[in-house]
Amino acid sequence: MSSSLHNGWEVVIGLEVHVQLATRSKIFSGASTATGDAPNSHASLIDLGMPGTLPVVNKEAIRNAVRFGLAINADIGRRSVFERKNYFYPDLPKGYQTTQLAEPIVGAGEVVIQLEDGREKTVRIHHAHLEEDAGKSLHEDFHGQTGIDLNRAGTPLIEIVSEPDMGNAEEAVAFARKLHAIVTSLGVCDGDMSQGNMRFDVNISVRRPGEPLGTRTETKNLNSFRFMEKAIKLEVERQIDVLEDGGKIVQETRLYNGETNTARSMRTKEDANDYRYFPCPDLLPVLVSEEEIDTLRAELPELPDARQARYVEQYQLSDYDAGLLSGSIATARYFEAAAQHGGDAKLAANWVMGELAARLNSEDKDIADSPVSAEQLGQLILRLKDGTISSKIAKQVFEACWNGEGDPDAIIEAKGLKQMSDTGELEKIVDQVIADSPAQVEDYRSADDAKRKKKIGYFVGQVMKATQGKANPQQVNQLLQQKLAP
Amino acid sequence: MAIDSQVVARVAHLARLQVDDGESEALSERLNEILGMVDQLQQADVSDVEPLAHPLEVSQPLRDDRVTEPDVRDKVLPIAPASEEGCFLVPRVIE
Amino acid sequence: MHDKTLTELRAGLQAKDFSARELTEHFLGRIQARDGELNSFVTVTGEQALAQADAADQAIAAGDQRLLTGLPIAHKDIFCTEGVRTSCGSRMLDNFIAPYTATVVDNMAREGAIMLGKTNMDEFAMGSSNETSFYGPVRNPWDTERVPGGSSGGAAACLAARLAPGATGTDTGGSIRQPAALNGVTGLKPTYGRVSRWGMIAFASSLDQAGPLGLSAADCALMLQAMAGHDDKDSTCLNEPVDDYLGALEQNLDGLRIGVPEEFFPDNLDGAIADNARDAMRELEKQGAKLVKVSLPSIKLSVPAYYVIAPAEASSNLSRFDGVRFGYRCEAPKDLEDLYKRSRSEGFGAEVKRRILVGTYALSAGYYDAYYKRAQQVRRLIRDDFARAFKEVDVLMGPTSPETAFKLGAKADDPVNMYMADVFTIAVNLAGLPALSMPSGFVDGLPAGTQVIGNYFQEGRILNVAHRYQMATDWHQRIPGAFQ
Repeated sequence: MSSSLHNGWEVVIGLEVHVQLATRSKIFSGASTATGDAPNSHASLIDLGMPGTLPVVNKEAIRNAVRFGLAINADIGRRSVFERKNYFYPDLPKGYQTTQLAEPIVGAGEVVIQLEDGREKTVRIHHAHLEEDAGKSLHEDFHGQTGIDLNRAGTPLIEIVSEPDMGNAEEAVAFARKLHAIVTSLGVCDGDMSQGNMRFDVNISVRRPGEPLGTRTETKNLNSFRFMEKAIKLEVERQIDVLEDGGKIVQETRLYNGETNTARSMRTKEDANDYRYFPCPDLLPVLVSEEEIDTLRAELPELPDARQARYVEQYQLSDYDAGLLSGSIATARYFEAAAQHGGDAKLAANWVMGELAARLNSEDKDIADSPVSAEQLGQLILRLKDGTISSKIAKQVFEACWNGEGDPDAIIEAKGLKQMSDTGELEKIVDQVIADSPAQVEDYRSADDAKRKKKIGYFVGQVMKATQGKANPQQVNQLLQQKLAP
Repeated sequence: MAIDSQVVARVAHLARLQVDDGESEALSERLNEILGMVDQLQQADVSDVEPLAHPLEVSQPLRDDRVTEPDVRDKVLPIAPASEEGCFLVPRVIE
Repeated sequence: MHDKTLTELRAGLQAKDFSARELTEHFLGRIQARDGELNSFVTVTGEQALAQADAADQAIAAGDQRLLTGLPIAHKDIFCTEGVRTSCGSRMLDNFIAPYTATVVDNMAREGAIMLGKTNMDEFAMGSSNETSFYGPVRNPWDTERVPGGSSGGAAACLAARLAPGATGTDTGGSIRQPAALNGVTGLKPTYGRVSRWGMIAFASSLDQAGPLGLSAADCALMLQAMAGHDDKDSTCLNEPVDDYLGALEQNLDGLRIGVPEEFFPDNLDGAIADNARDAMRELEKQGAKLVKVSLPSIKLSVPAYYVIAPAEASSNLSRFDGVRFGYRCEAPKDLEDLYKRSRSEGFGAEVKRRILVGTYALSAGYYDAYYKRAQQVRRLIRDDFARAFKEVDVLMGPTSPETAFKLGAKADDPVNMYMADVFTIAVNLAGLPALSMPSGFVDGLPAGTQVIGNYFQEGRILNVAHRYQMATDWHQRIPGAFQ
């Protein structure tokens, strides 16, 4: 099951992933799923669990679940049944969550993940089911009490349950990223983890190879892939420490805190949960016809695997690069737009994975919110390619563009960053630099070929300084070599 | 399947009902009478019988994905036992 | 005016013999004068009723008389009515002003009905005697020392006492038919899915169905015509065309095959009750119907199956009453658990708590298969029994209840005995079939009812059978002496 041992321990990881479906209205009511509005302004009588109200199923929620099932080659539940999961909690208005158990809409399927070393691995999906989200409990600003906002209550979710097929944090994160790519490519979820639109719960256990599965814990509140990776490593270490000290792992839910990179056990309820599932008598079995399935299959958009293959084929990118760029629909869209505008896919790929990724990462921004648009990056690439600017200047232009100073062309113009194209003028500067540095010239001329290659750097630097970086470095090099030749 | 005070306590907790010690015994007796009557079900030969959840075996009608429900905050908050700033209030929930 | 049926009152309004306001004032006056003896209303909505009556009079003057224009109706307090307290007979909802209106109430209002008020009922419809109401028991107008049956006891009692000419009820295990029988009125439980459940506070969702109670089958047909129909808000409400119930009333009964299930006449049945039902069938035989013996072997398990399924669904349906968003909340809860437990324990009465506990137990881990699943399997056997019978016959008949109205408090300490009395009505709910109870005479001075069960969506047929019976008999016209 696991791919590598961790100090002689085998790590077993399974994921439960909640995906908020991007429908306009809720799964069982015609209330809006919009977020960010006044508390309870999108909580309809149905979402509030008012006496006498009844649910009616949103067609689009069903279709989105089927789309996901088709994308992971799963068995689609031609007949699925909503059940009630009974428990009391203030953000659960009816005292039960309407969900699916025995007959889910999506049966067994699989997801293939690519690892950094180039390996591929198949993670099996046990099933995915439809359910309603709960509301939110707000603890601030209610002087010691808790405020309940039910705007989120009834938002459609699919819960994807994987088999415990992952053996380390890298695999788990690769799987999570792949699911993210699939649901965002399908357009069934916007994938915003920071808003909880996609939530990952990680079940972790460790054991000695060959032994039965160990007791597992569930870690929640992982609102970025980075935190997921850290949280898994943290929990694996903790479990191994406990076991090596002769302790026992307690089955519990742990809440991860990304800021402190710590996790704590959530208050365990004194009673074992007994959810008393039974088929919801207010709802009837949902039937999905072969015709509907065929139509949805025919309409599926390009999925991450196909997109990756296309990038390799169409842009001659490496498998790994193609995987990274196709790994999220937002990145893929950005990359393709930048490549198209810039007329050079390789350059676009390098910029998206390099400068842009680094900048987004450092400011914790999503690519969809990048201050530099794909069109702007394309323009930058055009100017690089036609020699208007050097790659060094390009970084400067990118930075200015990031800071909102305008389009690359305007920035180049305004800051006078165009490369010097007048050879006569450059020659004068080169001559001046040589004339000003007799000692360095002597040193250069007396050196052998190998050393000269290093020593020429001084002169290049001086010329670039004198031209404020606007000279074409290749041209400067060429001129210097000519003129310094003994 | 007789149930005793302990079972009553467990079930009452699941149902969030308070059963005082004084009433627990009489209540278990009542519940046992009911369950005794219900136990006649065990006589039935139900092998190969599919459970019937609804009298009419029809399928779920589906609703178009449109926003149709109005904002009812102004109707529902006034009838809530406790509310503040648009939220329903409960004693502090500790996670 | 109060001795007239809705059908007669409708004609009177049309002929302008009296106005809707006069009619409404008359019934409001009777309620005010006499309901103290019965306790059949929880809330009387006089002001609104008179406003509706004035609107009805204008409509009639303008020539726009609909099915129920100007006819006063009493709604069971299980139907949400916007701006009016909807208590469901419970302390839990004593302060609950519903923020919206049930489809049944809306549908009837659209046809011009006037709401007189909200009738008393067993708490959350859990009971067969109306003794579990937070507002106290309803008394039977035939003998005020006796129960009116339940759970729609207020509806049946106010009709029998002629405090209202028409009423709505709900029937989960006999809650329309049994009180109809015990009060000498006619009550119809439609096919499951015929009438919308939107706005009707749920007891057991897969069994609950709203229907009319009236002074005659024709009145029930009139009310059902307005109540029935598809509703987008209720997934279980079927999109089947609504038949012309009024048009079907007069059909003759030549060749009608009446099935007589032997299980409806068990050896231990009170002979007078059995004879009463047999007499009713004989009357129909005279009109050309044929009696056919049939058997429904599985229905002997209907009471145990019902007392698993109904409490199980109820235990979940009643979880929303948690003191958070509406309804009763205990004083000064010290924490969340305390809020839940005290609000629910103080807000619910003993019978409701008992059923929640039974249902919770039946669904809990380890018992699901033995109880809930098995009950649903038995439910299929019961439905199949009926399906087999309906291949042979058009309707099934028998007594509605094995007994007449009993004394208040007589069964207070014996819930199982009370449950067993639902034996003839419950199987119909499990199968989802339509059935009505019609007055068929008296046993020891108390009304007895006969049940007519039809196949799915055959409301028109059973109303027709009852109407033909009522054309030949006058049991349905009898009025309790004290309320003439």
